[in-house]
Amino acid sequence: MTVGRVVGNVVSTVKHPLYNGQKILLVQPVDPVHGKPGGNTVVAVDTVGVGIGELVLVATEGRAASEILKVPRGPVRSIIVGIVDEIETET
Amino acid sequence: MRLAKVIGKVWATAKDDSLRGLRFSVIQPLNYRREPEGGTLVAIDAIGAGEDETVFYVGGADATLAFPGRSIPSDASIVGIVDRVHT
Repeated sequence: MTVGRVVGNVVSTVKHPLYNGQKILLVQPVDPVHGKPGGNTVVAVDTVGVGIGELVLVATEGRAASEILKVPRGPVRSIIVGIVDEIETET
Repeated sequence: MRLAKVIGKVWATAKDDSLRGLRFSVIQPLNYRREPEGGTLVAIDAIGAGEDETVFYVGGADATLAFPGRSIPSDASIVGIVDRVHT
């Protein structure tokens, strides 16, 4: 899973039926140790109910998405699974 | 999934039977500011996006599942057209 900052939301009318009714957000990955933004912007489905600016946990492999959405495997890969309260590391 | 812009098409007449009838698009991945991010790639278009449109696509094994009831040998599939992005 990846830690990231929610940086936007996507409005889409024409999309695969698996995305119907789902909130689609943009997440900028953040290094969980140093807090620096890095990596490529991710498009992720949100079922937790997060807002722009929040730090979130994103699962980026399809099986997690199908588990959460309770649907058979489909073309959804990234899904927000939680809001980060705090990160503690040794460094 | 990632944001991308459709910047071209690929035609391939001789191809695996499982790819027959599918459209190949050249896409440029974008960051949340809609600026190019990373290199271009070819994706199978599962929803009918036009050139210059902003889309989102799914990569990896899940790209094979972009068409209901059919598995396609794709590692990148366009699954949504983006109307607007709010940041």
